[in-house]
Amino acid sequence: MKVVITSSSQTLADPIDMHFGRAKFFILADTETGRATAHDNAQNLHAAQGAGIQSAETVAKLGAEAVITGSVGPKAFRALQAAGIQIALVEAPCPGTEALRRFKDGELPVLDSPNSEGHWV
Amino acid sequence: MSSFPSIAIASGKGGTGKTTVAVHLAAWLAGRGEAVQYLDCDVEEPNGHLFLKPVIETAEPAAIPVPVVDNDRCTACGKCAAACEFNAVAMLKKPMVFTELCHGCGACTLVCPVEAIREEPRDIGTVETGQAGPIRFAQGRLNVGEPMSPPLIRAVKNRRDPAAIALFDSPPGTSCPVIAAVRAADFIVLVTEPSPFGLHDLTLAVETFRPMDLPFGVVVNRADPADLRVQDFCRQQEIPVLAELPDDRRVAETYARGELLFDRLPEWRDRMAELWARIEERL
Repeated sequence: MKVVITSSSQTLADPIDMHFGRAKFFILADTETGRATAHDNAQNLHAAQGAGIQSAETVAKLGAEAVITGSVGPKAFRALQAAGIQIALVEAPCPGTEALRRFKDGELPVLDSPNSEGHWV
Repeated sequence: MSSFPSIAIASGKGGTGKTTVAVHLAAWLAGRGEAVQYLDCDVEEPNGHLFLKPVIETAEPAAIPVPVVDNDRCTACGKCAAACEFNAVAMLKKPMVFTELCHGCGACTLVCPVEAIREEPRDIGTVETGQAGPIRFAQGRLNVGEPMSPPLIRAVKNRRDPAAIALFDSPPGTSCPVIAAVRAADFIVLVTEPSPFGLHDLTLAVETFRPMDLPFGVVVNRADPADLRVQDFCRQQEIPVLAELPDDRRVAETYARGELLFDRLPEWRDRMAELWARIEERL
């Protein structure tokens, strides 16, 4: 299964980025092979508006079936749902590797509604 | 220059006295027998009506065109999402439209190669027009929760009467709504106050309006002879100070009752006369 982890750096050893839309990096990981690739999200990080929406589009294009992150706003939530992408939550920053392990073990709660307010336009 | 100029009353900081200056200028001009129109472009919180007490004669909805995708026709090419500068369209399995982010520019409709996008109006507010004694009156009311005010501000300005001096009461700040309100004005009056916040936000406003190549001047409201930082800044920047309106508790009291100042403080007529003379010599 392909999973995107929002990350503060290009490596899973570092803490995950708790923001979805304006995450620094998306790391696409394959839970079977363990292969991981980092994707810069600078473009959306600095977007005036719609960062979450565009990040959802990026994640969908990467072919991910699930996202592991800390918080997801209302528009990003709608977009991820429309793309059929599951959202798994960590409650506090932890290394990406740990988040991924807990996800595989089914320890992370799955988000069924947005858990963050939208930002001002 | 037309004999009926348009003047925008703006400010960097909120609460400095834009509406006070705008409604008194309107009332003074009307009292002198001038054809004058007051247009409240502060559509998030229009309050000029509290003082001018107009009789509203027309109320029309204002809308922007937003895209609606025909998913049967759509080939999921993604050109619409790529064309959108405002991230209002996301290309997921099919395009997904976030109408609250849409500025109604029409780019997505234009680039769709299979004509799968049509436009539908989305109401953002109401434009009202009427008459406040001799003063022609127009205002916009943005729907509650609506973030997209510039199209409504433009709709208010479309009600401009070409046969009257127009006063555009602008929203505060330096972002898109302000630009929409002051654009195409012949002159901008920047109202500020002698406080660190007033001066700070005035500098932002000056940085905003200078590149627009519109002439502007400053009105210091609640002027305090012990604090001349705003006046010093204006001198350094070669910005004319059009008027200094002294701090006076009676102004606040009268304002809080929603009344014009001329009855209780007749000297405000002279202040408006002077302000207008300073504006006029710069048109």
